[in-house]
Amino acid sequence: MRLHTEERAIVLYLHVHQPFRIRHYTIFDAGENHAYFDAPEGDDTNNADIVRKVAEKSYYPMNERLMRMIKDNPEFKVSLSITGTVIEQFERYAPEVLESFKALVATGRVEILAETYHHSLAFFYSRQEFEAQVKMHHDKIKAVFGLTPTAFRNTELSYNNDIAYWADQAGYKAIICEGWDPILDWRSPNFVYRPAYTDNIRLLMKNYKLSDDLAFRFGNKAWEEYPLDTQKFVNWANAAWDQPILNLFMDYETFGEHQWADTGIFDFIENLPKEWLKTAGHTFMTVTEAATNFEPVDHIDVPHTITWADTERDLTAWLGNRMQHGAITALYALENAILEAKDEALTADWRKLQTSDHFYYMCTKWWSDGDVHAYFSPYQTPYIAYMNFMNAYHDIKFRLTEKGVEV
Amino acid sequence: MLGWELPPHNSGGLGVACMNLCKALSVAGADIHFIVPYTADHSSIDFMKVSAATPVGVKEVQQSGIAYDSFKFTDTNGYEEWVSLFDYHRMYEKSMDSIVAMGEFDVIHAHDWLTMRAAVRAKQISGKPLVVHIHATEFDRSGGNHGNPMVEEIEYMGMMMADKIIAVSEHTKKVIVEHYGIPAEKIEVVYNSIDVDIYDSVVGKNAYPYFEKMREHGYKVVMNFGRLTVQKGLYNLVQAMRIVIEKRPKTLLVFMGNGEQELELLELAAELGIGANVIFTGFQRGKNWRDMLDQSDMFVMPSISEPFGLTALEAGSYGVTTLVSKQSGVAEVMRSALTVDYWDVNEMANQILGVLNSNDLQAQLSEDVLREVSKMSWQHEADKLMNIYARYDGVYA
Repeated sequence: MRLHTEERAIVLYLHVHQPFRIRHYTIFDAGENHAYFDAPEGDDTNNADIVRKVAEKSYYPMNERLMRMIKDNPEFKVSLSITGTVIEQFERYAPEVLESFKALVATGRVEILAETYHHSLAFFYSRQEFEAQVKMHHDKIKAVFGLTPTAFRNTELSYNNDIAYWADQAGYKAIICEGWDPILDWRSPNFVYRPAYTDNIRLLMKNYKLSDDLAFRFGNKAWEEYPLDTQKFVNWANAAWDQPILNLFMDYETFGEHQWADTGIFDFIENLPKEWLKTAGHTFMTVTEAATNFEPVDHIDVPHTITWADTERDLTAWLGNRMQHGAITALYALENAILEAKDEALTADWRKLQTSDHFYYMCTKWWSDGDVHAYFSPYQTPYIAYMNFMNAYHDIKFRLTEKGVEV
Repeated sequence: MLGWELPPHNSGGLGVACMNLCKALSVAGADIHFIVPYTADHSSIDFMKVSAATPVGVKEVQQSGIAYDSFKFTDTNGYEEWVSLFDYHRMYEKSMDSIVAMGEFDVIHAHDWLTMRAAVRAKQISGKPLVVHIHATEFDRSGGNHGNPMVEEIEYMGMMMADKIIAVSEHTKKVIVEHYGIPAEKIEVVYNSIDVDIYDSVVGKNAYPYFEKMREHGYKVVMNFGRLTVQKGLYNLVQAMRIVIEKRPKTLLVFMGNGEQELELLELAAELGIGANVIFTGFQRGKNWRDMLDQSDMFVMPSISEPFGLTALEAGSYGVTTLVSKQSGVAEVMRSALTVDYWDVNEMANQILGVLNSNDLQAQLSEDVLREVSKMSWQHEADKLMNIYARYDGVYA
């Protein structure tokens, strides 16, 4: 184990996810058909269309770059989290994308993190359901990629002491969260930490300033640092020359979808290892490697849940209004009935409805202020998103009663 | 400023919009002389001068009650005469000779086709710039069909002669461009608005104990207020309510207004077997109007073509969840309103049921609409108009 910082590592972690979006599903559909996720072709909520579109813009070109980065730079490594819902959609709508991820993993230089299969907020509503989904994801990752995850990330990087404690008990070596200033105080996110009340697990915290320079600001022509090139970025990274790690955590879709190809984001990322590795002692590590290579410098206490979202870094984008609360509470209230019904298709649909995106689409935080672009949503309004969701929920209940289960 | 009506002598939203707009304009520094073509007491209005336009020799003009009806003229000798709307227009036009002579002004601002002849005459006599404000077109009033060609001709003339056209929404601007062939550059959008503080709160014993009692028993009330006329798309609302009531029998539909479609709607409801769930209260003002909004779970305005739709903002100001057609101008400024295509009866029913079946959604929409509408003000729109007026400073001098 290395104690000091003669070695410095970039930890690049990319999150891959697509939800099963609910189609325009009316109260007249409830009890008639159960195809909540099958919007007609050309519709804004058609999942096949969306996955294929994002594949063209992001998954294909980025995986090609990642493969080249691995081949050209023997030290380059990357960590990914890939949700069960997106893997299922790759299998159905874009199998070649999944093959290209498998090829990356086969190089042995890619770590895949554990998480809930359905990208859900189950941890906050049902520990039993949460553990079932984490296991489902483990099994899927094992089956598809042949890997057993050793690091954990919770949906939207939601994190608190309880989650860290759970992950520690479950045997994970690492967990990740936002490097949020009120938590870090005077400390830097560029070190390994130990979560409060845990024994073995280590915590990596996102360097949101440098991560968001890529994820949010890269292509913004009004940004004073525009255009950002690799050399400038590495200079910024070198300002923390005495700190061992740089955690660049972001959505995979940053590359090509959030930041389009014409911003130069692909060339930027491909050049990053070359530029970074010019300095002796510079390297790349996966999440688990970094967590086990460096001694923790302090412990981190997070009694209240934080996430990587919005300026508030909390869960209010998912659970901030009464539609969101009502919908998610109603959904989890069906848990016992679902278990009792023992119907595979019904359980699968119920779980797909747990994906956090459904609640995000109901967010009204900035809605009435007219900030249309603050949120990505395939729905015209958060109210319509809620109605579609609740009609699907009503149909789940209908199916339960059809099976003779009390709801 | 040339108008047709002002509250309390108004038949609809036009008078309300003119009054509130003028109040905000006067705060913004405008000195307004408002002309109405009838004689009535407007002494409660202290922020502008209101005059009756009566041609030489006419002592008094009285409306028969409804805007689109006939009018009683009394001449200086006490002789009374009933005239038609079109004759009335000509008299309004003739009266401009004496109105223009009453004093200096910078801009003529005229509201809707009813004032167009007078407006053009005033421009001819004075040479001052003419701003024509379109609150509704004949195309809208006829429910998107061919309206009265004589009215369309007057509208067209007024818009052609105008130096600037104000439309109350992008929707209306589009109608003016597409159906009247007016160049888009000539038109600017100034939205209608609302100042919630001028609306009285609901107090005391509610005027509708029936609705109170039914709601205690799980009924929900869907309502519409305004003229019962083809433009408003109410036929589709009754059709949608048949579907709603089939799924949710404890639902009432209330129409609070008058209009030529009243009997037709009543018959339709009976024919569809929901006669017992559809209630007509007639036109209401004041406490009765407020109390009905207080007893309503949802306001639905499925207009076929609605230039603006101030009633949706009024309902929203009482926290009533609103569903408006996508063919309504108000949908452009009201993000917390649900929207639907006026012809999509199934989706209308789906959204009504979505609200009525979810207290969470109803409360959310109510909270959001109240917050949104509370932030609105005519002042902002008046400032836009003042900027438009200012462009004519000196041009015609």
